[in-house]
Formats: sequence, structure tokens, C-alpha cells
Amino acid sequence: MSARLPNHSLAVRRLLILGALVFIGFFLVLPLVAVFAEALSKGFATYGAALVEPDAISAIKLTLLVAAISVPLNVVFGLCAAWAIAKFDFRGKSVLVTLIDLPFSISPVVAGLVYVLLFGAQGWAGPWLIDHGVRIIFAVPSIVLATVLVTFPFVARELIPLMQEQGRNDEEAALALGASGFRTFLRVTLPNIRWGLLYGVLLCNARAMGEFGAVSVVSGHLRGLTNTMPLHVEILYNEYNFVAAFAVASLLALLALVTLVLKTSLEWKFGYSHRSAR
Amino acid sequence: MEIALSSQLQMQAVIERPRRRRRSRKSIIPGFGLTMGFTLAWLSLIVLIPLSALFLRAAGLGWSEFLAVGFSERAMAAYRISFGTVLAAAVINGVFGLLTAWVFVRYEFPGKRVLNAMVDLPFALPTAVAGIALTALYSPNGWVGRFLEPLGIKVAYTPIGITIALIFIGLPFIVRSVEPVLADVRVDVEDAALSLGARPWQVFARVILPAIMPALLTGFALALARGIGEYGSVIFIAGNMPFKSEIAPLLIVTQLEQYDYAAATAIATVMLLASFAMLLVINGIQAWTRRKVDQ
Repeated sequence: MSARLPNHSLAVRRLLILGALVFIGFFLVLPLVAVFAEALSKGFATYGAALVEPDAISAIKLTLLVAAISVPLNVVFGLCAAWAIAKFDFRGKSVLVTLIDLPFSISPVVAGLVYVLLFGAQGWAGPWLIDHGVRIIFAVPSIVLATVLVTFPFVARELIPLMQEQGRNDEEAALALGASGFRTFLRVTLPNIRWGLLYGVLLCNARAMGEFGAVSVVSGHLRGLTNTMPLHVEILYNEYNFVAAFAVASLLALLALVTLVLKTSLEWKFGYSHRSAR
Repeated sequence: MEIALSSQLQMQAVIERPRRRRRSRKSIIPGFGLTMGFTLAWLSLIVLIPLSALFLRAAGLGWSEFLAVGFSERAMAAYRISFGTVLAAAVINGVFGLLTAWVFVRYEFPGKRVLNAMVDLPFALPTAVAGIALTALYSPNGWVGRFLEPLGIKVAYTPIGITIALIFIGLPFIVRSVEPVLADVRVDVEDAALSLGARPWQVFARVILPAIMPALLTGFALALARGIGEYGSVIFIAGNMPFKSEIAPLLIVTQLEQYDYAAATAIATVMLLASFAMLLVINGIQAWTRRKVDQ
């Protein structure tokens, strides 16, 4: 590769590589190292204690619960949207795709706010909900709703280009041979899109578990009740309990690393890449 | 998030694919009504109705109140800080992100694949984690901050800190949009220019830069769009002093915590309109890119 540019002197090349390495080192590697270094700065015992403390456990449980609800919802939506958009022609398709993409450009804070305006005590449905004893804001339902909103496009936009690229010949053949619609989806479409689906699920899950802004607005920060892991990190940090904050943060950083490793191995081993999202 | 860059291009291309099939030839594939119905219902429920609630609420304020609370002195300061830092971060990312993409595409060095995979870290790392990690690094007694402190450079709790967090958040957008385009730049054209006596920097400015400009601009715009709304990674390092280091998303949260729903709604509406404007810009750049490619 480097032989492509004979006129580039070795010195220039080394300087450019060094510049990029320093940049990546300062902005990507160092923050990641800092999380683990701070978490372990008082030894493993303190680290472990911060993770088994009841509020931390309940935050971990809530984060897993929220992801377990919102990721499958986005998978179902993503499959439906991709099926409708990729397998059929209709007017307004580009508008629909733009609308599906919309949540990516919304600030997480705004994503949380809209649900407060709908369901909060001052919101439209708020008084009715209070009368009927239904809690949405400052409770788990709003955390799930906010998470679903910020992760809304993840699976869909991974699948739409993929299924569009694959066309409808395979499905039409299966149907012509007498398979039912659902069977066709299960046996033909799903195997074709499995890596793309997994890819979307991975990224969706990482965002769902790590979402902070939107969840922070709707959760009310009730310790042990509506605290997800990122919110728990914030509370601990603001209480100057740095070691505990970084200990919980290190779990989230591990999640990020696992996500990156799986995502990268999907790209390497299966030749699947969102970039060529074929 | 990262899917943002590329598949947006792809989706556009796919959407604008000429309709081979006329409406008269019906597809034998079933399930259109079901999947389309669910898609529209879910989209309305989760995205469209809540967003309309925000706009209706803002409309309910009336013009004079909307302007008074949405463009108060404190709000204006927050917009200035938000847009200023995000622009600075995107410019810095434009330079170093391009450098990073260049090095990844053109050179071989040990650890390249791992580092390349690391570029997506900001997409995968929860923003709050990034926020406290950067604060720990750049606070006056942090690993990096302690060396900057004697030089009189304060990073944490200043707009510089906000910019650092936004560089972290925006970095992958630039690298990932430039990388594939840079890899496609034809080397024989460069060789031709070089053999005709062009200096390497001339080749870069006249041959390479024009070719990757649309991708660079797309990445730049995507980083801006993401950065304007960014909250989690910024609030820890920002210091959050009104008029000095308070970003607009934080001001929304602050107003909400003080039950000032009017101000929160108005500022959120301004931010949402800014996001829509960014979306239009991005789509514009991509339409322009497609026209360029078609020519």
C-alpha cells in the first residue's frame, strides 16, 4: 500500500502515522484506560464492593430489563419496516425512511422531554394518569419509551438497505413453490439477513444499555427504583464516590468493548459491513 | 449511529432506484398491509405524536412568550456555547479525522486493525462513561490536566473541556465517512500528477481533497448534528456555569428541574429545528454528491 506513493518520504509517512496515533491515543485509548485505572485505583476489594452494593445491583437489573424490552421491540419494528419498504413499491417511501431516521438527529434530552410533556404531571395525559394511578414518568415505562425512541432507527436502517439489495427474487421463488408467507420469511429472508440483523441488534443494545440523556430526563433518579447503570454512575460521581462511579462505568466500558469486538469480528469473518450494507 | 453516514447514502440510492415495476404488476409477496400498518402505527406512537406534542406545546406559548423564554439572555449564551464548541470540535476532527483516515487507508503499521476498530468506540461507549473518563483525564490533577495546569491551560470545567468531549463524540463520523471514499481515490491519477511534476501537497490539494470533499463535508455535518444535542459526555467536563460553560441541552434539563416547562419547551423547539436544519444540510450534501458522481 505504502509503495503506492513513491514520492512520500519515509519521514513524512512516519510523521503522519505518529500524528494519527497521538490523536487516537489521547482521544480514544486514554479515556478507556482511565475508566479501568480509576475503577481499580483502590484495589479489587473496593472495586468488587461497589458492584455488589444493592443500589448497583438494582441499577444493573433495571438496565438489563430496559434493554430486554426495548431491543426486541426495535427488532420487530425493524423487520416490519424493512419488509414493507424493501419488498414493495409505494409512494412516499423516501419520506418514510427519513421519518424513521429522524430520532438520530434529535438530542437525547429532547427525546426525554417530549415524554415528560405527554405523560408528566404538567403534561397532556398527566392528570388522567394520576387519577387512575398509572405511573409513566419517573417510572420504568417512561425509561423504556425514551430508550425505544433514541434507539428507534438502529435495526431498521441496518435492514432496509440490506433487504433492498437482496431484492425479492428469493421470496418470490419460495412463494411460487407454495411456501406460506411466514415460512418464506423464516426460511428464506431471515437466513439472508441474519448478520445484518445481528449487527443492528448489537449497536441497538449498546445504545439502549448506555443511554443517558433521554433516560435522565424521564427517570427521576430514584435510587434503587428508576436508576439505570449510566444514571447510577452519575449519582455516584456527583457524590464524589469516584471509585464506585468508575467501577460501574467499567462494566459499561466492558459492554462497549464486547460490542466492538463482536461487531469487528462480524465485519472481518463474514465480510459483513454496515458501510457496504449491501 | 455510525450507520448514519453510509447507509443514509445507500438508502437514498435505493429509494431513487427507478421503479421497474409498474403498479399494474402486483407483487405476490404477502404482508404489505400488516408490516406497513405496524410500521406506521409504531412510528406515530413513538416518534411522531410525542414530537408533535412538543411543537403544539411550543405553539401554545404564543410568539412573544416563545421569543422571551426561548431566546432569553441565558438561552442565547447557551446556544453560543453549544454551537461554538461543536463547530470548533468538528473543525479539529475535520483535520485530525482526515489524517487518521489517511493513515489507515494508505499506510501499514503494527496494530492498525485494532486501532481502526477502536475508532468506533465513541459509538459503543455510553456517553456518561466517556464524560467521567475525560473529566478524570483533564481535571487539574488528572493524567493530562496536571501537565496543562502549569502552562495555565484550564480544560475541565471550561468551553475547552466541552470541545474535548465533542471531539471524542464526533471523531468516528469524520473517519468513517472519509475512509471508504479515500480508498477509492485512483492512485494512477496521483501518480500521473506526480510524474507531471506536481508537489505532493499539490496532489493532495488539487486531486485528493476535491475527491473526498463531499464525504468530508458529510462527516462534518453528521458530527455537528450529533454534537449539538450531545449531553452525557459533556455535562461532567463542562462545569455547567450559566453564561460560561452551560450547553443548551443542559439548560433544557435545568429548566425542567425548576418546573419551567415553557422555557424547556421553547429551547427544545429551537434545538429540534436546528437538528432538522442539519438534516436538510446533510441531505443536500448527499444529493450534491450523487449529482457529482452521476456526471
